Amino acid sequence: MEENVITIWNLTKKFGNFTAVDNISFDVRKGEIFGFLGANGAGKTTAMRILCGLSRPTSGEGTVAGYDINTGQEKIKRHIGYMSQKFSLYPDLTVRENIRLFGGIYGLKDREIRVKTDAMLGMLGMQSEKDKFAGDLPLGWKQKLAFSIALIHGPEIIFLDEPTGGVDPETRRRFWEMIYDTAEKGVTVFVTTHYMDEAEYCDRVSVMVDGKIAAMDSPAGLKSGYHARNMDEVFRIIAGRAEREE
Amino acid sequence: MNAIEINGIVKSYGNVRAVDGISLSVGEGEIFGLIGPDGAGKTTLFRIMTTLMLPDSGSGTVCGLDIVKDFARVRRIIGYMPGKFSLYQDLSVRENLDYFATLFGTTVRENYENIREIYSQIEPFEDRRAGKLSGGMKQKLALCCALVHHPSVLFLDEPTTGVDAVSRSDFWNMLSRIKASGVTVFVSTPYMDEAAQCDRLALIRDGVIIGTGTPDEIVSDFPYRLLSVGGDRMYPLLKELRKTDGVISCFAFGDSHHVAYDPAVTGRERILASLADAGFRGCSAVETAPSVEDCFMWLSGSGDN
Repeated sequence: MEENVITIWNLTKKFGNFTAVDNISFDVRKGEIFGFLGANGAGKTTAMRILCGLSRPTSGEGTVAGYDINTGQEKIKRHIGYMSQKFSLYPDLTVRENIRLFGGIYGLKDREIRVKTDAMLGMLGMQSEKDKFAGDLPLGWKQKLAFSIALIHGPEIIFLDEPTGGVDPETRRRFWEMIYDTAEKGVTVFVTTHYMDEAEYCDRVSVMVDGKIAAMDSPAGLKSGYHARNMDEVFRIIAGRAEREE
Repeated sequence: MNAIEINGIVKSYGNVRAVDGISLSVGEGEIFGLIGPDGAGKTTLFRIMTTLMLPDSGSGTVCGLDIVKDFARVRRIIGYMPGKFSLYQDLSVRENLDYFATLFGTTVRENYENIREIYSQIEPFEDRRAGKLSGGMKQKLALCCALVHHPSVLFLDEPTTGVDAVSRSDFWNMLSRIKASGVTVFVSTPYMDEAAQCDRLALIRDGVIIGTGTPDEIVSDFPYRLLSVGGDRMYPLLKELRKTDGVISCFAFGDSHHVAYDPAVTGRERILASLADAGFRGCSAVETAPSVEDCFMWLSGSGDN
């Protein structure tokens, strides 16, 4: 039986008169790479904040990693990881200090943090970098480190908010290889991107338009359903119908 | 005369060489793209070319005017849209536009035709404060403010970063119309797929130009053959392809993998046979033309595994 790690029913979020998220429902399966696409202002960030336990819905029900999005927000935060291109590491802390800080925030014991630090540095091949400032690392390494740190507490789901924006083409692809390795271990990956080639790498993709989920399927299903050659065309067809901007 | 000409520009911040000896020339009326990832030195180069920063060494001209000596005159004939939204958030749309027109000694009315096509889209929100605009509208207003004095050269620093695929293609349509009105456009982007929209481009990485030419010239320099390979288990397939004899590099490209190979060593049939031996049967493999993105990866020395 397929196990869902995210289940959302009729989720709505209003800011005053503005309905940012308009009655969306969807499930994400365990170990799935789920692409959460949409034009700027479609409501992705608002929805993602609710899923991460950072904001409460105006109405609607749901669970993330088994906890209620209305009542279990603190528990949700402890069972998910989060990383974005905009913010992920403290540039003025060393590699080791960053690991220790995030390990501490997630409540790991000092001994666990030491063990995890060694394991992480070994796996990333960053032993000799451990006392360097995170801000001085090349971008590809920063990303690998940020991604590993977001997984330090063994979350069931990792939320990646535009993790590859502005990144060079090879680093972007190496990053996706890490995503695959992580999903293979059973971690669910929930990812947003503006690169439509990356939408092809997801198991399933949803496209938000004007606060609603306008389409949701595998990339192959979407391409055949919209008679499109690639995900870029699919996105243009669906998101091109948007009526509102940010 | 070239619209832009720069020679051996160098700029360091402490020990970091942000721009490391860049020379390029841009013809009048071209859309010239500076393409590269974050941290490649694009913004530093923009600031030098728009006279906002002095190079450590090197020289340059914009429309024949020296970017150091004639800085005041350069500023009058260029439009600049920085990567970060830099209009006055507390002024309305119309106030921002009037302000920039006045700075350049002109009026919106006098130049309305230059901006009509873009401005008409935000005109219904003329009284809204700039800080309250959506990202797409801010971008349009910034473009109007950079165009209101009818500049000869327009500098656009990452105008499409963080912008969705639909808005990005709208923006490029606007650029081709601006070009049609005779303006030279110098634009930077981290999106390789936008390269095809430029007349000529320079690929930049770590402060150095690694390739330059028309999009066709750049792809014709690709030294290997390229196969687009598809199958069922894409990630294991990727790892297998990298181990295959004669394969120079392999990276995911949307729904297939791009496999660069040396035709003196291997070929499509041999690669497919080798995949079948490893248990990957029924794969598709089509000879394909390299894209600018393939070339960027090869030129930046990341081609080998």
